[in-house]
Amino acid sequence: MSAPDRTAMIDDRILKDHNLTRDEYKLIVKLVGRAPNPTELGLFSVMWSEHCGYKSSRVHLKKLPTKGPAVIQGPGENAGILDIGDGLAVVFKIESHNHPSFIEPYQGAATGVGGILRDIFTMGARPIAVMDSLRFGPPDQPRNRAIMEGVVSGIAGYGNSFGVPTVGGETSFDAGYAQNPLVNVFCLGLVRKDKIFYARAEGAGNAVLYVGAKTGRDGIHGATMASAEFGTETEHKRPNVQVGDPFKEKLLLEACLEAMGRGLIVGIQDMGAAGLACSTSEIAAKSGLGMDIDLDLVPQREAGMTPYEIMLSESQERMLMVARPGRVAEVQAIFAEWDLDAVVVGRVVEGGRLRVRFHGEEVIDLPVEAIVNLCPALRRPVAKPRPAKPAGKGAPIPPPDNYTKAFLKLLASPTIADKEWIFGQYDHMVQTNTVFLPGADAAVVRIKGSRRALAASLDGNSLHVRLDPRTGGAAAVAEACRNLACVGARPIGITNCLNFGNPEKPEVMGQFEAVIEGMAEACKVFAVPVTGGNVSFYNDTEGASINPTPVVGVVGLIEDVAQAVRPGFKAAGDIVVLLGETKDELGGSEYLRSIHGREDGPAPGLDLALEKRVQELCLEAVGLGLLRSAHDLSEGGLAVALAESCFHGLKDLGCVVELESELRPDALLFGESASRILVSVRPSALDRLLQLARDRKARAAAIGKVYGQSIVVGRAGFKLVDVTVREAHRAWKNAIPDLFKIHA
Amino acid sequence: MKVRILVSFKDSVLDPQGQTVKNALLTLGYGFVRDVRQGKVFELDLEGVSEDEARRLVPEIASKVLANPIIETFVWDILA
Amino acid sequence: MKFGVVVFPGSNCDADTLHALGDILGREAVYLWHKDHDLKGVDCVVLPGGFAHGDYLRSGAIARFSPLMREVGEHAARGGLVLGICNGFQVLLEMGLLPGAMLRNKNLKFLCRFVTVRVESEKTAFTRLARKGQVLRLPIAHFDGNYYAPPDVLDEVESNGRVVLRYCDDQGRLSEESNVNGSLRSIAGLVNAAGNVMGLMPHPERAVEDLLGGTDGRLILESLIGGRVP
Repeated sequence: MSAPDRTAMIDDRILKDHNLTRDEYKLIVKLVGRAPNPTELGLFSVMWSEHCGYKSSRVHLKKLPTKGPAVIQGPGENAGILDIGDGLAVVFKIESHNHPSFIEPYQGAATGVGGILRDIFTMGARPIAVMDSLRFGPPDQPRNRAIMEGVVSGIAGYGNSFGVPTVGGETSFDAGYAQNPLVNVFCLGLVRKDKIFYARAEGAGNAVLYVGAKTGRDGIHGATMASAEFGTETEHKRPNVQVGDPFKEKLLLEACLEAMGRGLIVGIQDMGAAGLACSTSEIAAKSGLGMDIDLDLVPQREAGMTPYEIMLSESQERMLMVARPGRVAEVQAIFAEWDLDAVVVGRVVEGGRLRVRFHGEEVIDLPVEAIVNLCPALRRPVAKPRPAKPAGKGAPIPPPDNYTKAFLKLLASPTIADKEWIFGQYDHMVQTNTVFLPGADAAVVRIKGSRRALAASLDGNSLHVRLDPRTGGAAAVAEACRNLACVGARPIGITNCLNFGNPEKPEVMGQFEAVIEGMAEACKVFAVPVTGGNVSFYNDTEGASINPTPVVGVVGLIEDVAQAVRPGFKAAGDIVVLLGETKDELGGSEYLRSIHGREDGPAPGLDLALEKRVQELCLEAVGLGLLRSAHDLSEGGLAVALAESCFHGLKDLGCVVELESELRPDALLFGESASRILVSVRPSALDRLLQLARDRKARAAAIGKVYGQSIVVGRAGFKLVDVTVREAHRAWKNAIPDLFKIHA
Repeated sequence: MKVRILVSFKDSVLDPQGQTVKNALLTLGYGFVRDVRQGKVFELDLEGVSEDEARRLVPEIASKVLANPIIETFVWDILA
Repeated sequence: MKFGVVVFPGSNCDADTLHALGDILGREAVYLWHKDHDLKGVDCVVLPGGFAHGDYLRSGAIARFSPLMREVGEHAARGGLVLGICNGFQVLLEMGLLPGAMLRNKNLKFLCRFVTVRVESEKTAFTRLARKGQVLRLPIAHFDGNYYAPPDVLDEVESNGRVVLRYCDDQGRLSEESNVNGSLRSIAGLVNAAGNVMGLMPHPERAVEDLLGGTDGRLILESLIGGRVP
C-alpha cells in the first residue's frame, strides 16, 4: 500500500467516482491536515455519502419533534428507544433497501430485513415484529411481478428463518415504481431498560472484537450506490449486492444477547453500510476516543483483499464489539458455542484517531470526528411545490354506469385487493405473540406476562403526497395514528422512511421540505415524537423521480389486549356507524385512478384538530368497550371499508347502509376524505357512542346495520351497490393470485 | 483432489421446481425442452486421499449426507 | 411429565414451545442444547420448529448429526416419547425415526396460515384426548411440508394406522385444495410403529391460547400430559 499521497492534486473524475464535490474534498484535506490517500478517500466517500451523512436532509429533519417523556433514545443511534413502563422499552426503526432490491430483488430485500434486525438487536433488544412497506410497478407487467415475487420471497426467506414474525405492512402499486421499487422494512424490538446497549467504547485499552460472518467483497460501495441515480449501467452493479445468511444472523442474535445479558461488553455496533469503516469510526467518535485496528486480524472469506475492500465491505451478519476489560475470553467462548468467529482486531485508544494497519503498514490515520460528524450539511435549492388545483377545476368526472361494477373493479385493483398472497409467505405467528393476523388496521403483538400489547402500523399514500406534499406528509402521520386508534392503541412514537427523488432537483427538495413540515405539524398535534428513520434519495431512473413517498411507522400501546378491536363485523343486527365526515373529495383517489385512469387532484384536505377528535372518540369508545369492530377508511373510501369489515368478519355476514347526503354518489362511496373510521356497535350502545361524539365535537352517524349476506348501499331509496359478500370477496381475494396464475 | 457430486430427485419423485422451470422455458418459446430436473451441485476439495479411497468415500458421503436416498439420487466424478 | 425442548442452532420455535408447555400448560419443561449429551431426565423430547442449521442442504438434514441426537435416538428406542413439530418432524424423517421425506410445498412458496386437519387415530399418546375424525384448526408455517414416501412405505404406514393427521377442509373432507402443500395422501402427521415417536407439520404450540386465535393445539399437548389442563 502506498504512503499517504501528499499532493493535493486530484482530478474531477476521481471525485465523481467517489460522489464528492471539490468543496467537500477541500474540507477533507483541511480536516485531515493533508491529502487523504486512496483508502482514506474511499472511507470519506462512503461516510459522507447521502446514505450515511444525511447531507441533503439534515437541515430539514431538524424540524421534526424528537422529544417526549418516554423517549430514551431519539435520532442518531441505530434505532429509537421508548420507555413503555414495567422496566421495559421498545426499540424500533424503519429503513429502506430500494436500490439493492431493484438490482437483485431476493437478496436486496432479504439483506434489507437482515440490516434492520441488526439495528434492533445491536441495542440489546430482541426483534419481536417486522413489517414492510412495499411499492412496485403495476403487477400486470411480468417484470414487475418478477420483482414483487423476488422481494416477497426475500423478506420471507430471511425473516422466517431468523424467527421474527412479519406481522403486517402495506403494499401499493404505481407505474413510477416499475424501475425503482421501494422496500422499506420496519422492525420492533423489546428490551429490558437496564440492558440497552449503544455504540460505545468506554476507556482506552479495551479490546475491539469482530464477531459474526467473515468479510468478503460484498457490497463494496453499497452506501454510495444508494446515493446515486440509476442509469442504464445498473446491471453492472450487480456484484455490489450483498448476500444474506439469516441462519448466521440468528446465531449472531443469540450470541450477542447472551454476551450482553452477562455484562461482558461495553458497546456494540453493527456493520451495515460502510462496514468496518463506519462501525470503528462511529464507536470511537461517540466515545470521544480513538481506535487502532489491524486488518490482518479481520476474518476474511476471500484472498487478496485490499485495505479499501476490507474497510468498506458490506458483508452481512457482522458486528463490532468492545469487551469489558478481562472478559474477552468469555465473549469468545459464547461465540464459539454458537459456531461464530469472535476475533480481537484492535484496541480502543486515546486521541480520537482511527489508525488502521495492514501488512505492518499504516494505511489509515484519520480523525474520527471528521469522518463521523463533520460531513457538511447542504442547503440544497428548494422549489416550493405548486398548489394543487382548487376543487372542481379539473376535467369533469363522469359518473359510472353501474356503481356495483365499479365497486367490484375497485376491490380487485392491486392496491386495494387482498394481500394474503404476500403475507401468507411470511411466518407471521412465530414467537407466539401475534394477536391480529395481517390485514387488520394495525399489527398487535402482546407482551408475554403482561396485559399490555404493542401495536404498529405503516402508512403512506404517495399519490396524495405528490398532489399536496405538506398535507400528504401530515396525512401519513394522521392515518398511521388512526390505524392505531382503530385497534385501541395510543401512539407513542414514530419512525419514518422518506423515499424521494434526486435531491439535486429543487422540486424534489421542495417536496421533501413540505412533507417534513406537514409531518412535524401532525406529530405535534398527536404529541408523538419521531425517534429516527431513514432518508432514501435518488429514487430516480433515467431522470424521472418516483412520487414522493414518505412512509410513517407508528408504534402504540394497548393497556388491555383483551379490549383490542378488530376490523370485522361481529353479529347481525349491530349498527354501523361512520365517525368523521365525507366531503366531495375524489381527487387522488384509487377510484379515480382505477376506474377513470386519472391521477389528478386535489388530494383530500386534512383538519388535524378534527382528526385528533375523531381518534380520541374512537379510543374512548374502545376503552369503554362500546365497539364491536373498527376500521379505518383509506383507499377506496367508505364502500371498500364496508366490504373489508364484512370480509374480516363472521363468514358471509353482510351489511345494509343508507346514506343521506347531497354529495355525488361516487364521492360518497369511494372518496378518500380523511379522518373517518367505520365502526359497529350493539344497538344498545349506539346512543352512548353518539353522545360521546357530540361531547367531543366529532361527527358520528348511524348509517346502517350488519345484516344478511350482501353488501347493500343505498341513497334516497336507490340502491347504489348491491352485491353478495361472497362475490365481492371473490373479486378482492383472487385479484393478486390470479395475476400470478395466468402468467405463471 | 477435487470431486463434483450432482444430487437430483429420483425419477419417481415429482420435482416441482424442475416442472416450473420447464413451464417457464416452454412459455419463452423453447418448445423442444422435454423435461427439466433440478438438482444440487457439491464440489469437494479432498486432501490426502487416493483415488481408490475417494471411490469408496465419496459415495459414502453422498449417500449418507449430501443426498436423501428416499427422494434423491446422485452421480459424481473427479474434476482434477 | 417432564418435557425437554431441543435447541439446535437455528431453532426458532423453541421458546414458543417452552412457553406453551411451561407457562400455559404448567408442566416442567427445560431446554436441551444440541451439543450436549444429556437429556436431563425428561420424559418427552420435543424437537421444535425453526430452521435448524439454516435448513441448508435439506431441512433437518444436518441437525440429525448433532451430538444430542444420539441420546434422542436411544430415548426413542427405549420407548421414550418424542414429538417433532414442523422442522422437528423433518429432523425425525432425516434421522429415519419416521419414514419418508419432505419436498417443497406444491406451490413452491412458504405457507403460513391456519389449516384444518383431521384426527385419523385417537389411539396414540399424542391424540388420546381427541375423537377419531375430529377436525382441528392449527397453524402451519413451512416451505418443505409436502410429505413423500414410496408407495410400499405409504401402504405399510396406512395399514398399521400410523397416519395420525391429514389436511382436510373445515368439514373434515379431503380434497386437492385442502391438501395445502401437496402431501401424499394429505398426510400432516404420523407416528412410528411403536407409537412413541410422532412428527407433524402443524404447530400445536401456536394454538394454546384464545388470544392468539385458537386452542386446538392443546389437544395434542394435553394428550401427552395425560389430561386436560384448565
